[in-house]
Amino acid sequence: MTLLLISVLLALTWAAITGTFSLGNLILGFVVGGASLWVIRLQVGQAQILRKLPKIISLALLFLYELILSAFKVLVLVLSPNMHKKLQPAIIAFPLRAKTDAEITLLANLITLTPGTLSVDVSPDRSSLYVHALEMPDKKKMIKDIANGFEAKIIEVFEP
Amino acid sequence: MIQEIISYMVGILLIVGAIFSLAAAIGLLRLPDLYTRMHAASKAGTLGAGFGFLAIALASMEGSVILRAFAGFVFLLLTAPISAHLLARAAYFAGYKPAPVTKVDEMDPK
Repeated sequence: MTLLLISVLLALTWAAITGTFSLGNLILGFVVGGASLWVIRLQVGQAQILRKLPKIISLALLFLYELILSAFKVLVLVLSPNMHKKLQPAIIAFPLRAKTDAEITLLANLITLTPGTLSVDVSPDRSSLYVHALEMPDKKKMIKDIANGFEAKIIEVFEP
Repeated sequence: MIQEIISYMVGILLIVGAIFSLAAAIGLLRLPDLYTRMHAASKAGTLGAGFGFLAIALASMEGSVILRAFAGFVFLLLTAPISAHLLARAAYFAGYKPAPVTKVDEMDPK
């Protein structure tokens, strides 16, 4: 059922990207989307998308806000004449609470797009995510911010 | 009247987007190493392009164009962090050490 819904969404996305909402194009999108889902069928869990919708929207809004904030911070940083004094880059290990591949992937992506942080790698035992920070005045505070912000919301979205 | 307001808004969005793209370019030039540069490219660049897409959607006011602009922005959001992350990771394992100003490096296994 969920897979069918996702196929329909993919068909609509296909039509949106190709720009024509004709019946033939929608069917083509449905077939392509269904085939792609079939390829990754083992990874697609039976997540209940509709029930999680409010949490997904809340995550998306938080993300958009953080993206604008982070781009603005980069803007201010690179335009300030004493940039090299402000710059305090660091690579730190962020202890992961998120467990599944999907959660870690999403978290790593969101971290890259938010203020002053960039995911570099996941440790081999998947216990921590290496994060590069532009300015890191306080390591504990930074870890706490990510854990209480994005990670908490992502776990809410993905937990059954 | 409405048409005029819309064209002003499109202009403002384009200028804001251009400023962010410019900041991304300046960041690439001024920042000291690849890791800090990826910050500029992935964040400011993405938002700059996002404002561009928004301006296109507003200027056209056509359903199919708006949907395509939206899809373009979403795909950019999906792909920009992945490429930044892959570049940073590849650079790290190829042996490019972070710039000397870097305070801590917890990835360094020493």
